[in-house]
Amino acid sequence: MADLIFYIFAAFTAGSALAVVLTKNTVAAALALLLCLVGVAGIFVLLDAFLLAALMVFVYAGAVVALFLFIVMLLDVQGGVRKPFKKATIVSSVFAFILLLLGLASFAHKGVQTTGDLGAAAPVGATLKSYGEQLFTTYLLPVQIVGFLLLIAMLGVIVLSKKFEGLEDIK
Amino acid sequence: MTVGLNEYLYLSAVLFAIGFFGVLLRKNTLVIYMCLELMLVASTVALVAFSRFNGTMDGNVFVFFILTVAAAEVAVGLAIIVALFRRRQTIQVEELNALKN
Repeated sequence: MADLIFYIFAAFTAGSALAVVLTKNTVAAALALLLCLVGVAGIFVLLDAFLLAALMVFVYAGAVVALFLFIVMLLDVQGGVRKPFKKATIVSSVFAFILLLLGLASFAHKGVQTTGDLGAAAPVGATLKSYGEQLFTTYLLPVQIVGFLLLIAMLGVIVLSKKFEGLEDIK
Repeated sequence: MTVGLNEYLYLSAVLFAIGFFGVLLRKNTLVIYMCLELMLVASTVALVAFSRFNGTMDGNVFVFFILTVAAAEVAVGLAIIVALFRRRQTIQVEELNALKN
């Protein structure tokens, strides 16, 4: 049963990821990205990472996709004529796609030695307590660095989106 | 045939390759950015799968940091795209060729 659910979610995720790439409409691409992230959250649930699945839906599907849709609305990029893809672009990107896929798949195929049964290891990621323990002991310094990074990113966004009308030398 | 670590890694590889394909193929900067996010998400799938099958927490905690960095990255990147659109009135990559030649 769990296998069937995995394959359903995997096909759903890969299909909506392909839709992100292949659809012409930017809004449709953002919505396909939303579906893809929900599929990935389902995969996380199958891997017993419930907190990460919830975070995936909140942070990515909630904040990031909403931000993308907001920017699409702000920029209004649908107007104007758009040239179709060049044949050389299509051929070379499909070729690179196949090469990368084969490389990664052979990496996964040859590299994994274990039989990989889900019952073999205890589901350590299932409880909130283990996350808190790790984040506040082993990974305390990275947590603070990431917090500082968020502050810097916020300041950067404010500076980038501010119009410097009084300052001529900025331009 | 039960689903093991390999299947999750194949899924991660497929997602990463699709994201890479999109970055190469598409010309709209916003869609390229979405495909970059797709590649980040593919790497998180691999990390969570490794963590689950190894019985350690490190991969899961690392996904935390990837989520945080991705959120910061999206905010800054979209602000750059908006600033670029203000200056050049386009977000198609083939028209953004100021550094060419």
